[in-house]
Amino acid sequence: MTPETFFGLFNYWIVICLMMTGFYIVISSGNLIKTVIGLNIFQTSVFLLYITMGKLTDPVKRVTAPILEGGHGDSHGDHSAHGEHVAQVSFEEHASEQLHDAVKHAHADLSEAGHGGAEHAHEVAEVLYSNPLPSVLMLTAIVVGIATTALALALIVRIREDYGTIEEDEILELDKELQ
Amino acid sequence: MMEFIVIPILALLFATAITVAVIRNLWAAVMFTGIYSFLGASWMLILDAPDVAFTEAAVGAGVSTILMLATLSLVPRSSRKRGSISNSDFETKDPPRRRVISSLLVVIGTGAMLIYGTLDMPLFGSADAAIQTYPAPSFIEKSQTEMGEHGLPNVVTAVLASYRGYDTLGETAVIFTAGIAVLLILRKNKASDEIGAGQSEVTS
Amino acid sequence: MIDFPIIRVVSKFMIPYILLFGLYVQFHGDFGPGGGFQAGVIFASAIILYGLVFGLPAAKSVAPEWFVEKLIALGLVIYAGTGFTCIALGGNFLDYDVLDHHVLPGFLPHGQHLGIFVVELGVGITVTSVMIVIYYAFSARERRA
Repeated sequence: MTPETFFGLFNYWIVICLMMTGFYIVISSGNLIKTVIGLNIFQTSVFLLYITMGKLTDPVKRVTAPILEGGHGDSHGDHSAHGEHVAQVSFEEHASEQLHDAVKHAHADLSEAGHGGAEHAHEVAEVLYSNPLPSVLMLTAIVVGIATTALALALIVRIREDYGTIEEDEILELDKELQ
Repeated sequence: MMEFIVIPILALLFATAITVAVIRNLWAAVMFTGIYSFLGASWMLILDAPDVAFTEAAVGAGVSTILMLATLSLVPRSSRKRGSISNSDFETKDPPRRRVISSLLVVIGTGAMLIYGTLDMPLFGSADAAIQTYPAPSFIEKSQTEMGEHGLPNVVTAVLASYRGYDTLGETAVIFTAGIAVLLILRKNKASDEIGAGQSEVTS
Repeated sequence: MIDFPIIRVVSKFMIPYILLFGLYVQFHGDFGPGGGFQAGVIFASAIILYGLVFGLPAAKSVAPEWFVEKLIALGLVIYAGTGFTCIALGGNFLDYDVLDHHVLPGFLPHGQHLGIFVVELGVGITVTSVMIVIYYAFSARERRA
């Protein structure tokens, strides 16, 4: 195993260790609240696993969060005269034809504004973006997670009211007595 | 440079998780869960997911901690009066030794299998990983041209609300359902109160 | 917790900014990090903080229970309603391109922007009200022996 593979896989291993700690809490603990806490830790680790997979690194180019730079500035025509907003228009290496068109458009805007677009043309920043898809999936998962956690906690409150305890073994004993 | 921040965060994450596993006091465990969520959110921010970090910090460290504390205040072990709860009411019992050993075996086995599975995974941050080649670049490019005439800068929002809008509708419905379910379980009304009181008399 | 002056004063000072930040995250979600889910939780946490510090009755007079409960459904109706509006205008379900209009261009969002705006609003309303209602449900429950 080379150091590269070690450091490349290190993040996954950390996340798996965290996940297994959560799993251990879930299966070893007899207390219902502790079990929910364990599930929460497990859940957060799964979010971290997805987010880790979506991260992109590059030795040369700058990699940033999937929020395109300069997009907002362009949406109001009066800003384009400043030039620097347009200069930040971002590129992927495999940019589509449409993007090229958009850039031509931007350059046309610049020269119309009379600020010498050609000087800015080669300042176009090379920026890569990390993957937005894991973010989207985990975003919804977090909020659904809290909703289901609340449901579990509500059930625990009801169990405590009817059984008088939240320890699993005591609940099982009470069930046996009733039978 | 970033490693100097990442490594302490990961160490703290790990330490917090272990602490939650071994600590017996439930109050402390809940607080450590909040800390764990917040540390996780910090790491997500470094991993270029500000939207998720945002949500995790607000949900995991905020709302979820409050809900767990609210539950704890409702479920102390002793039946003393309100206001006189002591710390010892929230000590959990240590699991029996047999259970500890068997669950450790299960956990180590599962972890070993998962780690064996990671050996085939693409290295961290590599650009030719399957997840980076399709469909992410197309989302980033398309959202420039398809989302109105000037694009939508936050690609996460574009994917969330537009490209995967149907999915998000479902998620909203899940939250709706969970909220209604909590209301149905915990809502006070006279009839169910009497039934509940009757049952607890039978069992206790 | 109203007896602790530091908590009372600091939270009184913070709550307006938390609410404002929630609104910012909601309506600036297209341009920066944010959106309905985050904004909903942040907005609800302001109300929850108010309830924790000043007591449940005070929080309920700010956000009455019956009102918040109706908001849960309203958010989902807004979301689904956007989808059906798109169908009514001749597009597919949640196909925001048909929402294009030419009223006040440059000021009112239109097309995809309008669709995302409305949908995020629906998500925000549902998440806010669910979080508040869950908090109410837990804290209104009295401990039983």
